[in-house]
Amino acid sequence: MDAELLSQVLFAAIKTGTPLLLIALGEVICEKSGVLNLGQEGMMLMGAVVGFLAAYSSGSVGLGVIGAIIIGMFMSLIFAFLVLHLGANQVATGLALTIFGTGLSAFVGSGVVGQTVQGFQPLIIPVLSDIPFIGHILFTHDLLVYLSFVLAALVSYVATKTRIGLIIKAVGENPHAANAIGIKVLRVRYCAVMFGGAMAGLSGAYMSLVYTPMWIENMTSGRGWIALALVVFASWRVGRIMLGAYLFGLASIMHLVLQGMGWNISPNLLAMLPYVATVVVMVIISADHFKEKLLAPRSLGKPFDPRQMA
Amino acid sequence: MTISSDHTDYRIELRNITKQYPGCLANDAINLSLQPGEIHALLGENGAGKSTLVKTIYGVVSPDKGELLWDGDIVQIKSPSDARDLGIGMVFQHFSLFETLTVTENIELCLSKKQLSSIDNLADKITELSKIYGLDVDPSRYIHSLSIGERQRVEILRCLVQSVKLLILDEPTSVLTPQEVSSLFVVLKKLSNEGCSILFISHKLHEVTEICQKATILRGGKVISTCSPQDESPSSIAKMMVGDLADQDAGYSKKEGQQIILEAKDFTLPTKQPFGTSLKQVNFSLKAGEILGIAGVAGNGQDELMAAISGEDGRSVDNMLFLNQQDIGAFDAGERRKLGMANVPEERLGRGAVPEMTLSENTLLTQSKDFVSNGMVNWKKVQTYAQSLIKDYKVKCHGEFSEAKSLSGGNLQKFIMGREIGQNPIVLICAHPTWGVDVGAALSIHQSLLELRDKGAAILLVSEDIDELFLLADRIGSICDGYLSPIVKTDETDIEQIGLWMAGSFISDSQETVL
Repeated sequence: MDAELLSQVLFAAIKTGTPLLLIALGEVICEKSGVLNLGQEGMMLMGAVVGFLAAYSSGSVGLGVIGAIIIGMFMSLIFAFLVLHLGANQVATGLALTIFGTGLSAFVGSGVVGQTVQGFQPLIIPVLSDIPFIGHILFTHDLLVYLSFVLAALVSYVATKTRIGLIIKAVGENPHAANAIGIKVLRVRYCAVMFGGAMAGLSGAYMSLVYTPMWIENMTSGRGWIALALVVFASWRVGRIMLGAYLFGLASIMHLVLQGMGWNISPNLLAMLPYVATVVVMVIISADHFKEKLLAPRSLGKPFDPRQMA
Repeated sequence: MTISSDHTDYRIELRNITKQYPGCLANDAINLSLQPGEIHALLGENGAGKSTLVKTIYGVVSPDKGELLWDGDIVQIKSPSDARDLGIGMVFQHFSLFETLTVTENIELCLSKKQLSSIDNLADKITELSKIYGLDVDPSRYIHSLSIGERQRVEILRCLVQSVKLLILDEPTSVLTPQEVSSLFVVLKKLSNEGCSILFISHKLHEVTEICQKATILRGGKVISTCSPQDESPSSIAKMMVGDLADQDAGYSKKEGQQIILEAKDFTLPTKQPFGTSLKQVNFSLKAGEILGIAGVAGNGQDELMAAISGEDGRSVDNMLFLNQQDIGAFDAGERRKLGMANVPEERLGRGAVPEMTLSENTLLTQSKDFVSNGMVNWKKVQTYAQSLIKDYKVKCHGEFSEAKSLSGGNLQKFIMGREIGQNPIVLICAHPTWGVDVGAALSIHQSLLELRDKGAAILLVSEDIDELFLLADRIGSICDGYLSPIVKTDETDIEQIGLWMAGSFISDSQETVL
């Protein structure tokens, strides 16, 4: 493989991995605060369809992105109200949110299936994009990809270097102790869940406005689920999430690359590659139970009711 | 800080504090006052309302009625941060520390932005304070790597960083070795001399008479008495706490065991939990007709030892554990129970009983053979038996149909003890049998254990309460960091010795290097 092709492949890997990165960045904050939201896929689909509709009817992709973020936050607010306020089971509620979002997005988008919009155009950054090899890979993308770089840095900084990050981690580890020292546990969790919703919506918008600027039913094809696996695989660390997202992106485009190189393998088999890779990575990671337990937010998925503090 | 000579100048004064929970009046018009520099004990049995009261002061619980005066002014404490702004610090019974954060991060979380900005370097400040007060701890370490005593020091440091004027300690000594308790008292006395008021919850009466200038005794949510502990004896205070006199000092007769029933030989098992303790070459032999007590500070391998012996751990071991000379290492918990082992785990809800099931159903869990014929449950018989347990062990509940989770910890413990003893086991493994149980019920549990022993059962008793172990156990040892000390006759040792063993003094260098 020559350098030209390699740089094309890596460029595409980043482009393909970006929606995963966006949604996983939201989910990691949500999980760090101790809430497991399995509704990612549903929120992402709603983000995709609403983002597309907003852009399609207004002609502005910017409005599309804003609409997608708002619907993502709204979806996560429903989830947050059910699990945080009413104490519903997080797993069951998350699954319900995904089923709800899948159905509703298909219904809402039924009139525009197959329509296209003018998506985000590549924004080639002068000077930096002229760097040989990596210039093309990193600096000839569109606005949302650059935004994902900034957000990843921001989430990593907030989570590890700031007081807010410390509070989120404390709430996810021991909500009772956090409550006892005066942290508003439910408020922190509401914010974290809604950040997750916003990111899922944004990720959906990336799918329908950048990746393939059109709306197709169920177009996220399980990325919400892969993001959930990715967060665990990355053991809740942003750097590893980024790496994992791009690895998945690479696996996703491998079938095109291999076909292009003349390998005679069924494209259906190769299309399975990213999912197989996810399973394999999950198995390898969870083989070390000991380490995983040490890194996971210790109260993940456990409800907290401040009224029960006697 | 100047100490006012006028003794009516209270640091804090509570007037008529009342708090009603559904079905329980936790605090009933409580009055309490502390002067600067006063060490004040808050005494009472479990459920007397001590925890609710201190949580009210710390702003975790808001009272229904009553007022709170701070330095003479009426204040509203709506949250723990309000309390901290006033200068109130609290050390919780179950530490409110975050295990995956460092000491510095834990302390930082408790400080407001304003407080943080007035400190140049928090880690240096912590080191400085820990030197002044002799609270030795490294600020950069993670909490999960600290011992229980060190964690308590972190909690106290957390209060000291905020220049505390009232320090509340909720049963601070229950998790410490006797030596750690002495050094804690040195710190408390130093703080008191500097004018810091200390409110000290305890149920160890000799400690109270040792360091407290005043004591307030609660019973059923009401103040029963306020006294000077120096003028009282532990038994006179106990009398006030309990109401009717329970004879605290009753000694029980010690027995010699007979043949060996349960034996552990070089029992070694790595832990399955990230914050657990591995068992290292544990040796003991438990004889019929004796109670073997194992002392130790929480988290030194007791849970792992209990799970390994009861079979809950689930891992099979070879040639390390014997019941009547039979290797039972490969048997699971159910098979071991069939051989006559019974088990009272530390965690009552979830392991001792299923929270959502009724008491009858929970009875059936460990005792099915009398109640099941041809695969059918004879519910009438189960219910009658559950009723008799409730009656015999004075379990306070609505009846045999009450869900296990609806019972208070102490009442559930009485029920579980009754259920396990009722099986006439040949070996009973028992953790903290009277933890959270009131004095009267504790006495009846003690009696049942002694009766079981006298019938010839072998009893392994794991407890953090040394006094109870000395009262009940015929032979005693101590566990530290997964090592078990030598086992000696209780009559031939003393609390000092066991305390040193709890701190690990028996672990020789050779043992360390083997592993």
